[in-house]
Amino acid sequence: MVNIELAIIGGGSAGLAAAISAYDNGVKDIVVFERADKLGGILNQCIHNGFGLHTFKEELTGPEYAQRFIDEFYKRGIVSKLNTLVLSLSKDKVLTYSNGEEGITQVKAKAVIFAAGCNERTRGQILIPGNRPKGVFTAGLAQKYLNIEGYLVGKNVYILGSGDIGLIMARRMTLEGCNVIGVSELMPYSNGLNRNIVQCLEDFNIPLRLHNTVTKIIGKEKLEAIEICDVDDNLKPIEGHEQTIKCDCLLLSVGLYPFNVLLNQAGAMANQRTKGAFVDQNLETTIPGVFSCGNVLHVHDLVDFVSEEGTIAGKNSAEYIKNPYVAVSRIIEVSALNNLGYVLPNCIKATDSLKSVTFSFRVRKPLKNVTIVIKDGDKVLKQMKKPNIIPSEMEKIVLKDVDFNSINAITVSVEEN
Amino acid sequence: MKEFTCIICPNGCKVTIADDGTISGNKCPRGLVYVKQESTNPIRTVTSTVKVIGCPSCRVVTVKTEQAIPKEKVFDVMKEINKASVSLPVKMHQIIISNVCGTGVNVIATKEIE
Repeated sequence: MVNIELAIIGGGSAGLAAAISAYDNGVKDIVVFERADKLGGILNQCIHNGFGLHTFKEELTGPEYAQRFIDEFYKRGIVSKLNTLVLSLSKDKVLTYSNGEEGITQVKAKAVIFAAGCNERTRGQILIPGNRPKGVFTAGLAQKYLNIEGYLVGKNVYILGSGDIGLIMARRMTLEGCNVIGVSELMPYSNGLNRNIVQCLEDFNIPLRLHNTVTKIIGKEKLEAIEICDVDDNLKPIEGHEQTIKCDCLLLSVGLYPFNVLLNQAGAMANQRTKGAFVDQNLETTIPGVFSCGNVLHVHDLVDFVSEEGTIAGKNSAEYIKNPYVAVSRIIEVSALNNLGYVLPNCIKATDSLKSVTFSFRVRKPLKNVTIVIKDGDKVLKQMKKPNIIPSEMEKIVLKDVDFNSINAITVSVEEN
Repeated sequence: MKEFTCIICPNGCKVTIADDGTISGNKCPRGLVYVKQESTNPIRTVTSTVKVIGCPSCRVVTVKTEQAIPKEKVFDVMKEINKASVSLPVKMHQIIISNVCGTGVNVIATKEIE
């Protein structure tokens, strides 16, 4: 079996940043495993602009943002295996992968960075009743067909879910001459950015129906119509509020979840809230030397933060390769309390050199005039006021200038003032 | 009276411009700048794809307008983009259509294809 220093699973925004960062921190023997025929991941199909405002201080399209990292990657001569699927990962960091040239092959790595991205929730996962005609797609799949393959998947389009991909596709298909009839959102608020509501829907007078969902799919061979219906406060359809809409295409933009299968199979502990891995502040999972970053860890809304996380995982994997055994004085549990959907990291390994920890979290519902509070028991370690906080924007808060050796357990919460 | 949703930050202020031109509802000066631009000359960057000739594995290449163009010209620009084609190789930021629809803005490739 071939031995390498660092294996990175996934060559998208997280994997590329991780590879560059590990290389710059002294690891030269890196292999990136990518299942597609090119690097860049999902950015290749996200052709709209608005990427990179944090990282490059300019607005780039997805492919341009990816290219900046791909150029840096190849400049360093880092090795990638394209068209290569990693089939399994074991606890002792043996990867089994397959591709057209090598067949099924194994490689053993000193450290592994898992950066496999996320999946879209499908019709089956939200249980829409009705027939199973063609014409029902996840928004991201329709985006791939249109922007990479050059095929338009419908003419009269309805969209379920007001996440950003759904909104972006509403605009994209309108520009290509489709009639986008409307967007339904189950929740009483949109999950998309204001910017996308304005520029993707309002610009084209596309109606957004809040507290509304698709209750039936109609059509034998091809999609002929859908039934939509208002929902009550418990998100249940209200009888008598059904409406039939003729369309030949239904796009689903109903959420993303980490594609964490390999790590689960390897036996890494999962975070029940994010469905990604349970990690410490170094993004190391419960398997020593295996790190997780990007959308496979938790779903991000900005690619800049995915790259940032990849950079952190890359640096820490390099540290691990140099010195796998670091003295940890205590393990501090981190929990999400009031109003929080989740918080990362899940635990903190206190060491003598640990100076600061950045927490990432999301709230469950939109809130106004709140205080973000970090506590150790009853003792407040840090608090920060915010006028507005919404589920579609991931928040970050840094805890520094504390003695981590004296902390028992950390809670993060958002309190309404 | 005209109403706008400010897109600068997550607050999403509802900003109104009264008939006499007074702007209200914005919580910060950035909203004022946005609404002034949006009410006098709204602009958008158009991103799309252009047909690639002679490459069976890549039918299209992604493109964008190099700068934002007037919003009312978006569909005219899309018509030109859908008429255009390009042959390989395509370089990053290669001009695909120059001065599209007389806007003074070029449509450029946002991807490289060898």
